[in-house]
Amino acid sequence: MILINCPYCGERDQTEFACHGEAHIARPTDTASLTDEQWGDYVFFRTNPKGIHYERWVHVHGCRRWFNAVRHTVQDEILATYEVGAPRPDVGGQQ
Amino acid sequence: MKAYSLLALARNGLAWQKDWQRAWRSPDPAAAYDVVIIGGGGHGLATAYYLATQCGVNKVAVIEKGWLGGGNTGRNTTIVRSNYLLDASAGIYEHAIKLWEGLSQELNYNVMFSQRGLLHLAHSVHDMQEIGRRGNAIHLNGIDSEFLTPQQVQQMVPFINLNCRYPVMGGLLQKRGGTARHDAVAWGYARGADAAGVDIIQNCEVTGFQIENNKVVGVDTTRGRIGAGKVGVVTAGHSSVLAEMAGFRLPLESYPLQAWVSEPIKPIIDCVVMSNGIHVYVSQSDKGELVVGAGSDAYNSYSQRGSFDLIEHTVGPLVELFPLFSRLRMLRQWAGIVDVTVDRSPILSKTPVENLFFNCGWGTGGFKATPGSGHAFAHSIAAGSMNEIAAPFSIDRFNSGALIDEGAAAAVAH
Repeated sequence: MILINCPYCGERDQTEFACHGEAHIARPTDTASLTDEQWGDYVFFRTNPKGIHYERWVHVHGCRRWFNAVRHTVQDEILATYEVGAPRPDVGGQQ
Repeated sequence: MKAYSLLALARNGLAWQKDWQRAWRSPDPAAAYDVVIIGGGGHGLATAYYLATQCGVNKVAVIEKGWLGGGNTGRNTTIVRSNYLLDASAGIYEHAIKLWEGLSQELNYNVMFSQRGLLHLAHSVHDMQEIGRRGNAIHLNGIDSEFLTPQQVQQMVPFINLNCRYPVMGGLLQKRGGTARHDAVAWGYARGADAAGVDIIQNCEVTGFQIENNKVVGVDTTRGRIGAGKVGVVTAGHSSVLAEMAGFRLPLESYPLQAWVSEPIKPIIDCVVMSNGIHVYVSQSDKGELVVGAGSDAYNSYSQRGSFDLIEHTVGPLVELFPLFSRLRMLRQWAGIVDVTVDRSPILSKTPVENLFFNCGWGTGGFKATPGSGHAFAHSIAAGSMNEIAAPFSIDRFNSGALIDEGAAAAVAH
């Protein structure tokens, strides 16, 4: 089990949280003019990196607030957590 | 290739087992091939086998980063079935079962395909409606399936606890479903492909693609550059990594999927039991171990370990359903990395790069499809366009919206 540092509650067990995939995917604003490919890319296509992953979590069995985390997808180590809307944190140039 | 037979067994026994031929060669890579298959798991080796034996492609190579069948082929729970709801799924999975049924004979290699029956349990009114709908859809596709009452379930598995927390209300049985020896599938296809002239190159990692004018012409590997007329990528959990090398993204996320085996016991369960409602599936290997699986992890990862909480989520329903298993110990636990699409159906497709084909997205249940996937993919690569069975599984469906949404309706072990 991994420990996750909720920005609002502090360090808690992973089972209190739910992961909701890649973060920093902005909904397109010019929706009327999007092609099928652009819609498909926004809705379904993901980076799925082997390495640093910026992702969304929700503290579903705690404060129920959303936040973002940086995790290495091979070690599963969470390198940083930060509030939604904040820029990607610097995690020491790791890839 | 010397055929395996009773006579060969006797002859080699008399020769102190010293004259057995190696099952496949370990050649150095040639400068170029007509088709290069990346990934030496079951699906990749099956693709190479059918390319060489049925499609008339002479120069084929399989490039594998590690050893044959060391990925998900060697990590799954060996379940084979074709009880799917949708026509496209029924098409490819039933195609696979028909090939499974003659596979040991065709490959001259015992893949231990055992049609011991696959029993899917229903625990709620919703489950009953789901198996009713799916069972009838399976019938309409000409595939075997039977509805069972709780009493009939108990006759098949006498020690089941029907009155568990979510009582068993019925079952859906596919008698032609069952299990196969997963390693033997990789080895059998490897041996057959090698005999047909396919070069199987292990311990050779692909590091990039050579793409000219949006057309793939070769691959860079840790053993040098290998030219290729066409390239088929069959790398399961690492498909997104390979796609990134080729300059595009896939509608995939990779998750660990765990499995467990118990200590070996005498034969006790002679079918595969799976429960979607309380989420566990179990069968017994020929060694006597219970082979147990359940859901994938809660977050995407390439760790090949699996998270601890899933163990409890799996063992809980297992002992609820079969209280006598509570005294067994688990011997081993492991995880494989499964590439999951949003509609839980696979991708067999052309890509934005010409002559580059991907076979991926099998998610939590690719093993059962191994022969059908390889067969359809081989014929599609050889023809340069996806055949009738593979066509619905194009990447384009994520743009057009023609998803093959098995996610809600499929049984647990997809």
